[in-house]
Amino acid sequence: MQTTANQFKNPEPAPFKSGSFWGWLKINLFSSWFNTLITICLLYLLYAFSTSFINWAFINAVWFGDTAKACPNSNGACWAFVTDRWRLFVYGLYPKEDYWRVNIVYALAALTIISFLFSFGRLKKIFRISMVTILPIAGYILLVGGYFGLEYVAPENFGGLLLTLVIASISILGSIPLGLMLALGRTSNLAVISKVCTYFIEFWRGVPHIVIIVMFVALLPIFIPDGSKIDVVVRAFIAFAAFNSAYMAEVFRGGLQSIPNGQFEASRALGLSYWKMMGYIILPQAIRNSIPAMVNTCIGIFKETTIVMLIGFSDLLGIIQISLESSDWVGPPHIFSSAYTFAALVYFIFTFGISKYSERLENRSNVDS
Amino acid sequence: MNLNKLRSSKLMVGLFTVMSLHLVTGDADADRLADVKKAGVLHCGVVPGVPGYAFPNKEGKMVGFDVDLCRAVAAAVLGDPNKIKTTKMKLPVAFNAMKAGTVDLVTHRFTWTFGRDVGQGLDFTRVMVFDGQGFMVRKSLGVKSAKQLDGATFCLSGGATTQGNVSDFFRKNGMKFKQVTFGSMGEAQKAYDAKRCDVYATDKFGLGARRLSMTNPDEHMILPETMSNEPISPMVGHGDQVWKDIVVWTFNSLIAAEEFGITSKNVDDMRKNAKNPFIQRILGVTGKFGGKIGLGKDWAYNAIKSVGNYGEIWERNLGKDSRLNMGRGKNILYTQGGLLISPPFR
Repeated sequence: MQTTANQFKNPEPAPFKSGSFWGWLKINLFSSWFNTLITICLLYLLYAFSTSFINWAFINAVWFGDTAKACPNSNGACWAFVTDRWRLFVYGLYPKEDYWRVNIVYALAALTIISFLFSFGRLKKIFRISMVTILPIAGYILLVGGYFGLEYVAPENFGGLLLTLVIASISILGSIPLGLMLALGRTSNLAVISKVCTYFIEFWRGVPHIVIIVMFVALLPIFIPDGSKIDVVVRAFIAFAAFNSAYMAEVFRGGLQSIPNGQFEASRALGLSYWKMMGYIILPQAIRNSIPAMVNTCIGIFKETTIVMLIGFSDLLGIIQISLESSDWVGPPHIFSSAYTFAALVYFIFTFGISKYSERLENRSNVDS
Repeated sequence: MNLNKLRSSKLMVGLFTVMSLHLVTGDADADRLADVKKAGVLHCGVVPGVPGYAFPNKEGKMVGFDVDLCRAVAAAVLGDPNKIKTTKMKLPVAFNAMKAGTVDLVTHRFTWTFGRDVGQGLDFTRVMVFDGQGFMVRKSLGVKSAKQLDGATFCLSGGATTQGNVSDFFRKNGMKFKQVTFGSMGEAQKAYDAKRCDVYATDKFGLGARRLSMTNPDEHMILPETMSNEPISPMVGHGDQVWKDIVVWTFNSLIAAEEFGITSKNVDDMRKNAKNPFIQRILGVTGKFGGKIGLGKDWAYNAIKSVGNYGEIWERNLGKDSRLNMGRGKNILYTQGGLLISPPFR
């Protein structure tokens, strides 16, 4: 019986240098005649789409002008609308003399983001904690005013990107701790707490977001005699935070359930109290496991802020819509398609940023483990 | 776990305290004037989706026909036209807000009808725009009058009064029409623009602006016929007669101002020099009209000074001075054959 090969295998041709550009092309795009065909078809589609897009967005586009008359041709984008009204998109109906207040808040927000993106050695922690504390307090004082001789600006006058960012950050920052508490409550052994949390979550999840917003804004004043005295913007914020905390709670519950029972038992065996067990052992792991789903929810929240348009607020999308009612800009449909393209770009930049940051966060916490 | 329980019970106590505090501080308000003065700001519900009525200008200030009406009342009541807050309100939201008392005045473009006026908890004030439904067609259709539209296809929005008006008009003239119904005015307009129908119908002062938002505005024309009567009036909550008087007479003063030639520019001069007793009474030189409705003697002077008379408001927002360039139709003074008339200041 022969157990060894008596013949050498025929020599194979040298492999392509997959590192080189041509090698990469050959392997990924032209490996067989069928793949080549698909590549060519897709390249053609890409070419056709991008040329018409470039023609529309750049070559035939109108960049400046102050009425719809500047954009008579529907074959090109009307960026003139955006360049003419950019202040509205950035500041909403905020009084013009007080734009500097918004600018400071934008700068603080940028600084906060920087503090989380880059490491500053030993100062890192202090920097981050102080930014996270300063931003909401300074943001409130500067934006709403009424203190230190700053003129009061009603929150209804926030608008555009400012309103979108304020609503998104309040609902994200409000719903994470609230959601965490609800998730802990729901998984608690205490029947009452667990039931209350479960019903709370199920209620908010079971009702469409639009219904909740309209209820809080339009119906609450009818149910509660004094409901109209709670500022309408505050009511909307509460509705947003409560609604999204229910979703966050389920995200965290998923994270909690991914922790093997042994971890709980081991911590108990060590004699840790509930809060110590949660704080030192369970939550650090559970939260890390929840990051992808959490970011998913955050992106959802960011995009959902647009529904405040329904209750008469002018977030970025809303301000675009009411700007189109301006007698200067009443015009053919391609004006608002351009404006909506601009809005899409802005939303994309933010959500893409959030998702990139979460990628980094995941990678970094994997290294730690 | 006791800690857990304790904390949540504390939280509940806190919540209840907050809620009951709100219940205790609540007071039934029937005195809208006092409320507005106390708040220092007039809250108006304005129309969404109709160009020229309420929109932000470049600097982020709300302007438009509706907003000017709101500013006039704010000037009369608070002495400052800038002390306003405007919220865009769709029909059901506006009705609810009116009932709940969250707005002081709704200048939405509502047609004054029996059904809306009676038993809804709100009052119409006075007609500020006499509108009526009209038709828009393509010039290429070669039609000069609505009477030539026999057999035409209409793009209409379901549920609006337009539908009933069109069918009444056609039955009256012994003609037939086909209709394609859509969920909203906007959708119907887009379908018309995409050539799905021959005719688009809505209020005439809306048609002018909507023509501008067609892909090619020059291809379209508005037919001369008006097929219904649509008196558009701002609304206030039902039951506060003083507040209603204030709003109605502020609006009246804007129309009277046009009749007597008072404008935002010459109002100071008029107050000093005019000998006409009507002008003197409107501007608070003689008579104590402001005091009788709980306002200062300058109420109408402030309103006219800040937004101008009716004609100025129209031309600035809808007419010659705006891109909409709409004619005033029947919204001219009764002395010129129109329908605008202010009861005399006497």
